[in-house]
Order: sequence, then C-alpha cells, then structure tokens
Amino acid sequence: MSLVDSPKTDTLPKLVARNAAADPGGAGMREKTRGVWQTYTWADYQDHVRDFAHGMASMGFKRGDKLSVVGDNRPQLYFAQVSAQALGGVSVPVYQDSIASELVYVLNHAETSVIVAEDQEQVDKALSLKDQLPRLRSIVFDDPRGMWAYDDPILCSFESVMEAGRAFGKANPDFYAKEVAKGAAGDTAMIAYTSGTTGAPKGAMLSHRNMIATAEAFVEVNEIKPGDDWLSYLPMAWVGDAAFSLGMALVAKATANCPENPETVQRDLRELGPDAVLAPPRIWENMLTTMQVKTDDASPLKRRTFEHFRALAERCELKRSDGNALSIVERLGLAVGQILVYGPVRDQLGLRNARWCYTGGAPLGPDTYRFFRSFGINLKQIYGATEATAMIACQADAEANPNTVGRPIPRVEVKIDDRGEVMLKGPNVFKGYFKQEEVTRDTVTPDGWLKTGDAGFFDKQGHLVIIDRAKDVGKLTDGSAFAPQFIENKLKFSPFIREAVAFGDQRPFVAAMIAIDMQTVGTWAEKRGIAYTSFMDLSRKGEVATLIGEEIAKANATLPDMQQAKRYLLLNKELEADDAEMTRTRKVRRKFVAEKYANVIDAFYGGENSAEVTVEITFEDGRKSTMTSIIAIHDLVSAPPVRRAA
Amino acid sequence: MDEVSILGVATLSKKFGGVTAVQDVSVDVPRGGILSIIGPNGAGKTSLLNMISGFYKPDTGRVVLEGRDITQKKPSDIAALGIGRTFQNIALFSGLTVLDNLMLGRHVRMKSGVLSSVIYWGMAQKEDIAHREAIEEIIEFLKLQDLRKQPTSALAYGLRKRVELGRALASEPKVLLLDEPMGGMNQDEKEDMARYVLDVNQERGVTVVLIEHDMGVVMDISDRVVVLDRGRCIATGTPDEMQRHPKVIEAYLGTSKSGGRV
Repeated sequence: MSLVDSPKTDTLPKLVARNAAADPGGAGMREKTRGVWQTYTWADYQDHVRDFAHGMASMGFKRGDKLSVVGDNRPQLYFAQVSAQALGGVSVPVYQDSIASELVYVLNHAETSVIVAEDQEQVDKALSLKDQLPRLRSIVFDDPRGMWAYDDPILCSFESVMEAGRAFGKANPDFYAKEVAKGAAGDTAMIAYTSGTTGAPKGAMLSHRNMIATAEAFVEVNEIKPGDDWLSYLPMAWVGDAAFSLGMALVAKATANCPENPETVQRDLRELGPDAVLAPPRIWENMLTTMQVKTDDASPLKRRTFEHFRALAERCELKRSDGNALSIVERLGLAVGQILVYGPVRDQLGLRNARWCYTGGAPLGPDTYRFFRSFGINLKQIYGATEATAMIACQADAEANPNTVGRPIPRVEVKIDDRGEVMLKGPNVFKGYFKQEEVTRDTVTPDGWLKTGDAGFFDKQGHLVIIDRAKDVGKLTDGSAFAPQFIENKLKFSPFIREAVAFGDQRPFVAAMIAIDMQTVGTWAEKRGIAYTSFMDLSRKGEVATLIGEEIAKANATLPDMQQAKRYLLLNKELEADDAEMTRTRKVRRKFVAEKYANVIDAFYGGENSAEVTVEITFEDGRKSTMTSIIAIHDLVSAPPVRRAA
Repeated sequence: MDEVSILGVATLSKKFGGVTAVQDVSVDVPRGGILSIIGPNGAGKTSLLNMISGFYKPDTGRVVLEGRDITQKKPSDIAALGIGRTFQNIALFSGLTVLDNLMLGRHVRMKSGVLSSVIYWGMAQKEDIAHREAIEEIIEFLKLQDLRKQPTSALAYGLRKRVELGRALASEPKVLLLDEPMGGMNQDEKEDMARYVLDVNQERGVTVVLIEHDMGVVMDISDRVVVLDRGRCIATGTPDEMQRHPKVIEAYLGTSKSGGRV
C-alpha cells in the first residue's frame, strides 16, 4: 500500500511526524557548521517544523499562502518549506544565484508572501526588490551575521519566528496537529519553477502525492535504508533536490546532509562518504578532469601506476560489458589495482561508501561513464523532468549503460507518440502550471499523458533512449534529420570543450560554436609554453583552434557524414546563465543564442572567414556592458575515415 | 583622557637617529568607534601603531589603555591586555595551516601549563575545546571554512590578509590596530575587507584603529580621522571635516584640484 493511501502519511509534514514518532533519536538532517557535522534528530526536525509553523501562523500565514526559500542548502530552509506545507501553504524554492529581474518575475508570479533567506547576501537581494513585490509581508533570515545594520520592519530572524512560535504553541496546543490533519495528498506541496529554455519560467505545481509516490517508486528500484546519508548540495530550487532531500528522505527515513558552504562540497563529500550520490554530468566530468590534472602533476611512478591500472580497468570493463569472462591475470591485476588505485581514488572522491550513483539532466560521455564504472563506482543514468517530479526512468543495478536512461520507474507508463516524442502517465505527473492553464493543456493531454518534449525511442531491451528536445530536431537542406543536442553532446565529450552549440536546421551543413574549457585548455597551453591572459585571449590562439579542430574531427568520426560539423568557431566568452544564454541548470537556450549570434550564423553559411560579434554582458549585480570583437571561423579540413569501433 | 576613550596616546615622540618619526602626537580613540590614521608616506603612521602595540618604545609620552599606562609594557603583555594588530606586510607563519595560525593568535588567552597540555586532561582539555570553538566562530565570521587545513603560503594575497585579521581577532582584542588591511587589494577584495572591518566593529564591539590609503574606504567607514604629516598630527575630526580642512588638503591630498583623490 502506498503511503498516500493513508490519511496519516499522505503529506510531507505528516511523514515528518511519523518519522519523529517512530525514530525520535534517528538523524533526520545534518549540517556541517564550525567544521563539525551537527545532527538534527527526527524529533528536532519535527520541533523545528512545528515551531516555525506556529511562528508563521502568528504572523498571519494562511492556507494557500506561498513561502519562498532562497539560499544554499540549509536545514532551516528545508524546515521552513515543510512548515509552510504543514499550514496548508505552498513552498516555492528559488535559485540563489538568480539575478534580480528573474527573481522579481518568479516571486510575483508565485504570489510569495514570505521569503526565507539564508544570509545577508540574499536579504540584500530581497530588500532591493521589496517595492516591486506588493504581496511580500516578511523576509526571514537564517544567518544573523552582518544583519546588525538593518532595521527594516519587514525583516525578522528565523530564531525570532521560532520564539514567537513557541509562545503561540503554548497558547494553542492543538493548532498544529489540526492544521496538519487538514492536509491531503492532492494539495500542492511546492511550485517548482522551470528555468525554461524558452521564454519566461513556468511554475510546475507538485502535489504531496507526486512527491511521495515518486519517491516510493524510486525506492523500489534502488535500495535506500533508514539512516542512509546523502549530501544535499544541488540547488534547492531544482526539483531534483526537493525530490531527494525532502521526498525521498522523508519517505525512506534517510538523512540529508547540508555541506558547510559551496566551496567545501568536495571535502564534505569525502568526509561524509554518502551512501548514494546524485550529480549532473558536469560534476562527474569535473571530477575526472581534476583527477587528470592531478595525475599529470604527480611523480612519474605514481602517474604510471595510475595509468596502468586505469587502462586495465577500462579494458576489463569493456570486456565485461561485452559479456566476456576475464582471465586469471586480469583478475589478479584488478585485485592489486583495488588496493593501489581504485580504492584510494574512490575514497578521495568521497564515493567509497556509495552503493549507487546517478547522473542525469544531460548525457554523460561514454568515456567518463566507463571510467567511473571501471573504478568500481556504481554509476547509472536517470531521466526526469520538473513536470514529472524529477523522475521518469532510471537504470537498475544490472542495467547500467551509457546510451540509455533505463526503464520507466514502477507505476509510470511511458509511450512514444507518432512524432517520436516521449509521453508518460503516472503518479509522478504534476498538477499543472500555476496560473497557466493554457500551457498546461498544451503539455498534458485530456486523458492524462504528459508530453516531455523529448524525442526518444525504446531499444530492444525495453530501455528508453533520449535523443534530443523534440522541437529542436530539424532537417538539413538535403532532407536528412538534424538533432543538435546529439551532435553537441558528442562534441562536449572532449575534455577541452565545455559547451557547444550546433546549427544546421534548413542549412546545407552542420556548423558549431564552441566554448572552450578554460581549465583543461589552460593547462594544455601552459604545458606547451603558450602564454595567455584571459579566456578571450586563450580562445584566440591559433594553436587552440587547431586543438579544438582535432577534437571536433574525433567527434565527427563517430557521426554519420551529414551530421559532422564542417565549420566551427571559438567563442570569446563562456556561455552564461547571467547573459540568458543558458538556463540556471546549464542548458543552452538555443533560440536565444541563435538570435544573439545571428551574424555568426550568417558568416558560417556565407563562407566568410570571420564574424563581428557584439555581445551584451550582464554582471552579477545586473549591470550590463557590451563587447565587440572579431571572431575567426575555421574549416575542418576533412574528417578522418571512420575506422574506430565506437 | 575622558570616559569615552578606550585608548589614548599623549605627546608621543620617537626619533630614529636624526630622523624624527613621530613628534608630540596625542590621539584619543573613542570606545567602540573606527578611527582612521591617514597621511602621506613617511608621516609616521606605522611608527605610531608600533608604539601603541609595544614594538617601539617611545622617547617621550604615554600610551594609556582603559586608564592604565602601558607605555613600558612588552608587546606580548599588551596583546594580553587587549590590543590586537595586523601588519602592513603580512606576518603569518607560512608553513602552518590557517587553523594553526589562528590558534597561535589565541595563545595569549591560553592558560594551561605545558604539563597539563601535554597530558591533555581536565582543565587543559576543556580549555582547548573552548579555544577551538572561539576559533571556529572566527572562521565562520570570516568565511574561511574551506581553507582550514590549507597552509597559508598557498593562499592568495587577499585571503592571507583575511587570515591575518582572523589571527588578530583570535586574541579577543578590545582594540584592533589594522595597518593597511586593504593595501594591494582589488576593488572587490577591498569591499569585502571593509565589510569585515565594519562587522568586527559592530558585531563584536571591537574598537578599530585603521591605517589606510584608500580615501574612499576611509571616508566611508571611519567615525573619526587623524591626519599625520611629517610626524606631527595636523588635524583631527570627522571624515567630512577632514575632506574640507585646508591643511589636510595641502599636506595630503595635494594643493591642486586635480591632485585630489577624494
């Protein structure tokens, strides 16, 4: 029986109460402060949620009111969200690195009346928007540091709300239980704003049923034991964090651990040694790149040892995935490698205890994927969407494969429509977009099928394969299909390429804009004595253009002839979310980029050798400036013959 | 010296051979404020701080902390009495970690003897934990969490300045002497440091004496400004008064309009 079928466990606040009653001393949440992991037991969790809810009630927070949290992952921000839900309100987490204009839109659209801000930095942002937010009644801050200079009556500290809550609780002892009991599975628990690759953000309403039933389905595929640890370090506004740190943690009685601050994540990960890890491809790639850089700097003996065992591990992994048995020598080698290399590397990365790791949101390069798997890290793929409570399909332990995203999670039905679009039905499908019924009707069919907007197919084993965003799939002038993301991902598998944008719809051939990876290309340049000052300078070096040309040629070798990039250029700045070129979850906003770089595209297809680019740069505080420069366009001589076994 | 002063120097003079570094300088530092000392190079600003913190012995004059004459005391005793300082040229132990540097700054507050510390038992253990907590507060305050175990030699310049401020704070000073805490920093780092200085002053209630060349910062955060020129104090007052004071404009900011950096 599902938890949502019982009126005692059908909302998140009820699950907090359940956990506090069943295991009051168990670790509900942890936070690293002052260099030490501090534990909030389930009883503490319940007390905080109740007191804060009481405090908000005393300030006039009512059913249906919206509470926004903004900041890095902190227990208080999670507690505040559940408190709002306990009072029948809705939590609206927002991205802490959003610029002011984005925040205004979301906070106004969501009708937020209370903002819980992590610290002074976020308070400053909220205060600067106060006049544009007519519904805002209070700003609660968690970290009092630096707040001595503020006397705005709209401000109050988290502690003072808790204090008021304790007084309110004494006067109204039955209030909390009654309010929580009024909640039902179908109530909206949170509104998750999609960062939107097109147009303004949309608010996806997720019910308690969505959160709880999706977590239950996931737990059926992946073992989660009570007390399992994971690190809550991904943005709180991202639906995936809510699904794990709230949904899954409450359902499975697992412990969410908040790192000390964003800079300490890697070290905190290692200290904690979590039982499960969820990370986007970017982070896995970073781990591999950092390790590569460290290996290059190590002593020759260490470097050779690492490289020998790495090659052995990857060879064996390939053999195993082809279904071949390993020889005795190989087995012995792996055992030695386990002691000398694999174990220590897993330990350094903080993945020693992780029983499973997931990557999702974008494809991960097969080389990166194989590296982690060969080192004994159970890395698997997951596929989801905000509108589907972050989870649609995931790979089980025995089904790991870099090319698919696994089978649909239990009780979720997935079909591919005649245009190739992935559609699904199940308890994870959201309630609709907040105040945007028309868009909702375009997204969910009358009989309840959610259109994901992704093009995909099922392979022979019944595993889902995602190709691209359905609307991005176009045609070259010769009529062959053009899936930009598919090409871009092949390009991005190169460690030197951070971002790539491919063009080709209604064009005679494919061309690509490349943003180099400053770290790896920088190290590469230093090794060769190529002096550079900045990203822009580095991107202009002839040697770098040649290097990237070779990398593109390698990617081209794995692509059919018509899908190969024929021309390319190196951007003189990184693609930035602040410049609206990417979403906050780092997905390229294709249409916007195409407009912004329109003359580059003209130059690509006009056969010119350079293009003038004027770009507007937005600084973190919202100031803007423009930058004009000439960017060279390069031709790929010709792709090498396809002769490698991909 | 009146009630509101925490620190006072009276007719302080110091000569190095034939060179007069400081002559007859008298300054009252109001409790709980931020007082800046400005002046051209060689005006005697650092010498003045060195006399307050006991590194130099003045030829004449007195230094008084909370009504107590500390003129002849050793630097370590002065630190224990509540005057902390940072240096113009960062003076950290480069081989030690950030944490160890901060713990060293705490040394004047440690009471346990060698023996009990070695055994790490009873009071010594309790004391150690209390000190470690105080240090953690400073780490959090200055946002150094990710650098605890880093040797200071590996840190960027701006961060080392921040660690030095932390080390000065670790001795729980009543008065903090900062010798060009923003020297050599870029604009962002300066703003951060100014923020920390203000927070130290307001949140921790520490009186600050600041030597700084960036007039923007001085005018923004000081309650009072003292102007030195060739060893003499030529003016004292609020930042506004100092900006208009003809002597100050002549001595420090330059006589021509274009020379002003205000």
